[in-house]
Amino acid sequence: MTTTSPGRAPTIRAASYSIRLDRRAIVVGCALVLATLLASVLTLATGDFPIPPAEVIRTLTGGGTGTDSFVIMTLRLPRLTTAILVGAALGVGGAVFQSLTHNPLGSPDIVGFNTGAATGALVAILLLKGSMTEASIGALIGGIATAMAVYLLAIRRGVQGNRLILIGIGIAAMLTSVNWYLLTRADVTDAQAAAAWITGSLNGRTWDHAVEIAWAVAILLPAAMWCGRGLRVLQLGDDAATGLGARVEGIRLASILVGIGITAIAISVAGPIAFIALAAPQVAHRLTRSAGPDILPSALTGTFLLVAADLAAQRVFSPMQIPVGVATGAIGGVYLAWLLSREWRKGRG
Amino acid sequence: MSDGSSRLSAEPSRLRAENVTFGYGERHVVDGLDIVIPDHSLTVIVGANGCGKSTLLKGLARRLAPRTGTVLLDGVSIRSLPSKEVARRLGLLPQSPLAPDGITVADLVGRGRYPHQGVLRQWSAADQLAVDDAMSAARIADLADRYVDELSGGQRQRVWLAMALAQQTPIMLLDEPTTFLDIAHQVGVLDLCAELNTALGRTLVMVLHDLNHACRYASHLVVMRDGRILAQGAPRDIVTPDLIEDAFGLACRIIDDPESGTPLVIPRAGHAPHPSAGDPAPVSSNRVAAGDPAPARHPNR
Repeated sequence: MTTTSPGRAPTIRAASYSIRLDRRAIVVGCALVLATLLASVLTLATGDFPIPPAEVIRTLTGGGTGTDSFVIMTLRLPRLTTAILVGAALGVGGAVFQSLTHNPLGSPDIVGFNTGAATGALVAILLLKGSMTEASIGALIGGIATAMAVYLLAIRRGVQGNRLILIGIGIAAMLTSVNWYLLTRADVTDAQAAAAWITGSLNGRTWDHAVEIAWAVAILLPAAMWCGRGLRVLQLGDDAATGLGARVEGIRLASILVGIGITAIAISVAGPIAFIALAAPQVAHRLTRSAGPDILPSALTGTFLLVAADLAAQRVFSPMQIPVGVATGAIGGVYLAWLLSREWRKGRG
Repeated sequence: MSDGSSRLSAEPSRLRAENVTFGYGERHVVDGLDIVIPDHSLTVIVGANGCGKSTLLKGLARRLAPRTGTVLLDGVSIRSLPSKEVARRLGLLPQSPLAPDGITVADLVGRGRYPHQGVLRQWSAADQLAVDDAMSAARIADLADRYVDELSGGQRQRVWLAMALAQQTPIMLLDEPTTFLDIAHQVGVLDLCAELNTALGRTLVMVLHDLNHACRYASHLVVMRDGRILAQGAPRDIVTPDLIEDAFGLACRIIDDPESGTPLVIPRAGHAPHPSAGDPAPVSSNRVAAGDPAPARHPNR
């Protein structure tokens, strides 16, 4: 049985169950999926060995020549799949943390998670002479440790958003100097590998990477959507949320664990790619015009942004491939400046 | 609602607290206090800044855990009840709730339905009805699609009240619902609260700063000082110059409000002494004799 309520929220009801749909969010979601598909086909079709889009589709559905199959299934598709999932993970992590801190600047890439992950990876690569796999593990540990440190330092009679952001920015600045110190001490070859890693890159990602991030998204995206219901109420402030029957500390702890987990795994797979976590929830918020937190729209926006940025990183300076982190950083820097000036004008700095 | 009858503590009460102590850190803000909220009353808590009235309200709403004693809702310790179960019986509108960026009025009011919802019960027909009713009771139905950011302070306060109303709790706790509003909007919000109390039979507990508003609207007035209750009852029975002097350190006269017949607190002209409050304002020598008409009174804060 379907009924439609006034406004823009059609509702599906059956017996005592009801699911509310936001028409605009559905349209936006479909548009994002279509745009991502388009960018994906372009990513698979273009490169040193161009393959016509029709052949791309045929190869994906099991047909195609041996060469096409090798280029797409072994070289390009794992990288694309990783981009799709890492983008979604970063978008979700950003949405969760921005909602928790009541501030767009509360996203993981601003409050030090990325820098901490980079420190972990640099220690693994430069000091422990580890492999790229060990760099991933180092990043995972570094990111989680930094997030925990920021959280524990910010906690005092509950976590207050601005305090967490300022502490995070302070820790990020400190870790940045640690990172530079490690880089300047390293020999040139190691430093080059390390620098590529800490920019955030999708170059040479394989099915192993894609599977790792797929597991994380499969488990943590639904968890984040579940947390989103509680976060919607926490957005009204702790007092009002308690009044509405939300278990404030429980929701906050669950959200923090989910947010740190999904972000840390994304970074361990692709490196600390900048600005997707910051921008995706904000872009999603403006597209859906809902007060959020828009977990799923943020995931779709993150996916589209990262796939598009990676396409640009691969093709704009072709044949040279730049790390995708450079592309997101360049676009994101402009976006961050705009966001800051807007926040300041609103008097929230 | 202007002249509440005196209510005795033996009257039925769903919400009460026994020997509760609340505090932050080392400090006890509310100290071993007993309070009974009479059912269907409009209870107003007043007291000087820092007397613990907001803390008591937060404690009644189980936002703070008591150091001693218990808050009882329907005879059961409020902390032993599931959080959503409490929120279906008792609502709290805090002093400064946050409106998320870009939220519409209808969306914000709808969030009051949280305790009635679940993962698979996101928006029932009852939810829609409750939101529609709450918006028309708060007279904001025509604002449904507007953004909360662009409303005036008075409209915004009505939106928050509507959210609390949509929660459909028999007991509502409101922490200074008239702060930051001009006089006309203060009266508007209080009239609305009185209407909810009389017409819908909701029990309202609110913290107010303005004594004269408190006396006019309360059916049950609770006067606090230093974390304890100094007096409680119908305003007409308990409000005396001595009580106000005790609670606020303010010398005053009490006359009948010509509109409502409730007590009207008129501060004495000139500087009042401040025996209990730590106000450093010097006591001036030109204290005006009792009974003088009050000329432009020197603000003491």
